[in-house]
Amino acid sequence: MNITLNNKPESFETSSLTVTELLELKKYTYKMIVVKINNRLIEPSDYETATINDGDNVMVIHFFAGG
Amino acid sequence: MTFEQIKDKLKDKNIGIAGCGGLGSNCAVALARVGVGNLIIADFDIIEESNLNRQYFFFNQIGMPKAIALKENINRINPNTNVIEHDIFLTEELIGEIYKDCDIIVEAFDKAEMKQMILKAVHKHFPEKALVMGMGLAGWGDNHLMQTNNYGNIFVCGDELNEVSDESPPLAPRVGIVSNMMANLILELLLGTNEYQKHNR
Repeated sequence: MNITLNNKPESFETSSLTVTELLELKKYTYKMIVVKINNRLIEPSDYETATINDGDNVMVIHFFAGG
Repeated sequence: MTFEQIKDKLKDKNIGIAGCGGLGSNCAVALARVGVGNLIIADFDIIEESNLNRQYFFFNQIGMPKAIALKENINRINPNTNVIEHDIFLTEELIGEIYKDCDIIVEAFDKAEMKQMILKAVHKHFPEKALVMGMGLAGWGDNHLMQTNNYGNIFVCGDELNEVSDESPPLAPRVGIVSNMMANLILELLLGTNEYQKHNR
């Protein structure tokens, strides 16, 4: 499948991925993140079940201290 | 656009600034200098001497609430900017109330949890409003790493890399760069010259 991840095109061999799988594949290890699929905010409790499919626009925004 | 035309476009605009520390105080001052008409600022903290390495406050303001001192400083720079200050600790619910009339909201917190909280609050209360965030300003040098990324209605300024720590403190130059990048982006959004905005509205 082809998705847009943080404004960049990404291809995966599977036809869908859960949020947890995507975070593992991309090695996103940030402690604090917000995930949006097609502008829908996904709660951390749903990362195991929420799926990402072909054509989806996914955003993973990470947060850390400084201001 | 001449500066007179710019000021005319900005005089009725309203920007909400969440946090009056390094990012918030410098961003607010830049917006006031160019003539943004209304600022709604909020912070629960008081000024400490250690803040003066980057925040837009003065030595004789140590001990004052940041929101009140920032209003005082903006009034001295441009009394035509109307400032509403809130000396409060912001929550998701309060953000939904105090920033409801703002054109754009600025995330200017230091703690990661607060940055995450305001993103969720804006998503919940104002999914259409632009949220301008600062992320990655610790230390010094590395001018070339500074950038702006766009995630839908969320704009993130900074290097998105360098977290504040004891060995990599926040200092005036990089904090000033990021807060002025945020103000610069806000101008672009307010004046209608932002590329993302042109294509999505």
